[in-house]
Amino acid sequence: MSAALAETAHSFLARYEGLREHLPGDGAARQAAAAAFAAIGLPGPRDEAWKYTSLRPLAEIAFHAPLAALADPHAPSALMPALDMPRLVLVDGRMQPDLSVLPDGVRVSGFAAAPEFGALPGAGRDAMAALNTMLAEDGARIEIPEGVDAGVLAVISLASEAAHHPVDFHPRHAIRLGAGARLTLLELARGHGVYLHNPLTELHVGAGATLVAVRLLEESHRSFHLSGTYAEIADGGSYELFLLHLGAGLARSEIDVTLAGRGARFDLRAAQAIGEARHGDITTVVRHAAPHCASRQSVRTVLDGRARGVFQGRIEVARGAQKTDGYQMSQALLLSPDAEMDTKPQLEIYADDVKCSHGATIGELDADQLFYLQSRGVPQAQARGMLVHAFLAETVAALPHAGARELAEAAIEAWLGARSA
Amino acid sequence: MLEITGLAAAIDGKDILRGIDLKLPQGEVHAIMGPNGSGKSTLSYVLAGRDGYEVTAGSARLDGADLLAMTPDARAAAGLFLAFQYPVELPGVGNANFLRTALNAQRRARGESELDAVQFLKLARAATKQLAMPDDMLKRNVNVGFSGGEKKRNEVLQMALLRPRLAILDETDSGLDIDALKIVAEGVNALRGPAFSALVITHYQRLLDYIVPDRVHVLVGGRIVRSGGPELALALEADGYAAIAAEAA
Repeated sequence: MSAALAETAHSFLARYEGLREHLPGDGAARQAAAAAFAAIGLPGPRDEAWKYTSLRPLAEIAFHAPLAALADPHAPSALMPALDMPRLVLVDGRMQPDLSVLPDGVRVSGFAAAPEFGALPGAGRDAMAALNTMLAEDGARIEIPEGVDAGVLAVISLASEAAHHPVDFHPRHAIRLGAGARLTLLELARGHGVYLHNPLTELHVGAGATLVAVRLLEESHRSFHLSGTYAEIADGGSYELFLLHLGAGLARSEIDVTLAGRGARFDLRAAQAIGEARHGDITTVVRHAAPHCASRQSVRTVLDGRARGVFQGRIEVARGAQKTDGYQMSQALLLSPDAEMDTKPQLEIYADDVKCSHGATIGELDADQLFYLQSRGVPQAQARGMLVHAFLAETVAALPHAGARELAEAAIEAWLGARSA
Repeated sequence: MLEITGLAAAIDGKDILRGIDLKLPQGEVHAIMGPNGSGKSTLSYVLAGRDGYEVTAGSARLDGADLLAMTPDARAAAGLFLAFQYPVELPGVGNANFLRTALNAQRRARGESELDAVQFLKLARAATKQLAMPDDMLKRNVNVGFSGGEKKRNEVLQMALLRPRLAILDETDSGLDIDALKIVAEGVNALRGPAFSALVITHYQRLLDYIVPDRVHVLVGGRIVRSGGPELALALEADGYAAIAAEAA
């Protein structure tokens, strides 16, 4: 760890020391996380999992805790999406009951009201998870009882810029679906200004339950989004995640899924559209721990300017996980000679009757396709935009919710518009 | 309307066109016939403005304007249309969206008002019907999963909607069965009139039974070696290109 990063880590530890008596929940768990974080610090380039994503830019910023009470709770309303559905709203990592609309058939509480750290992230395994455990104050806790189809629920995380200085927040979310339950979750992150959003989500998908999650990252272009999602899927359960990285100066989504029961399933469809000197990283670990499980991962990345994209995908197949069906594909489109894509697939297979494959492509826009469009009268810039849109369209078109699809479409259009401007 | 003078072009330093002179008056349809490698496709790509071709001499003017100085999209807006020998697939781009975008881009470039979705669909449905194309062809991605014949029909559909003043058909007959050939020819013939000209590039005489040209030019070795009336195409069919090339040399 560089001296600058060590200093940043130290400031987080100092914050914890000052706040520890006021933080909710299991003090011992926090203390263990703090000890682990003090030992490992913020990850640096020598950490294999962080080889392609540097946290150095974090060290250039003096972060503060968010204001305890917002001066103007309506300040972020400009960021609020027009969504006609039940929703939980968090501002600067804190639940906002006044802005939230609670759904039927769902048990919802804030982490602050019922603090509980789950075991999925593992103690001290990951620096960002340890940082979250150490400093988490609030978050959404959602529970769908057995057999209930809860419809659609939005979880909206806004960064307010109310404090007028960079803030960091570490919300702790827990979502649990009972056996046979269903939920479509629309997770939206937006913000203004400079901040660090470090959410950790623990997901339990019960036997035969289905969680469809659409996660749309539209964070401020000067922000840091470092998220960890730890999921465990029971027998015949299914977790389908649509992940769109369309914002943040530095975004890293770590997705850690354990297919714990026979016939469990994980599907990831992700798209990243990154410009200027921004950075996007999708890192997955999929553990096939039981037989007859399937995982499908498809990641599409468009990079412009000096942007850098990363996809690291590890599939682990345990000794007894026969008839595993694992697939992973990363496709990247480079719009600029200065853009860079790093792809690292890893397969660790300890069973002998499995089907696992991975692939990766990195390329430029197709000259024949561009000429075809231009020959029909479409100016070059517009033709390039159409082809980039087409590359991302497959992911967006598959979004299972019309409102989510419209939001994603609008975000992609805005990204393309900003590019050609 | 189209006036090509001394046009020479090279690819990677290799001369392909070696001085082409051609005048295509308004309202006429001319055929360009020639063996493989004679420069037929190069001529069509140079006129449409594809990258990778170096024009080493000569000029091409459309209604007096310097075609070679324009970007490909400006050429299209000026009224030029190239029907591709191998139409390109555009996964993720819907055919209707593609057609409307192209049409509106051209209208915008010409200072005309753009068509809304309803106006466009009305036009597009009428055109697909005329070309005996199923309606779902508008909903599919551009040329993705189309058969060879469907791709060529889609080229003619684009032409019918974009209504160019000058169409270049680059071996539009290749890969077509006789029924598809007739439909394509009807599509072209429907556009014929005093404001429409076409260069029909083909290897075989067959297409010219259905699109009867005013003039036929024979392209061999990057030069037009003979020009004549429609009967020249029949002579070529009977005697082959070798005889004509030998005669010209």
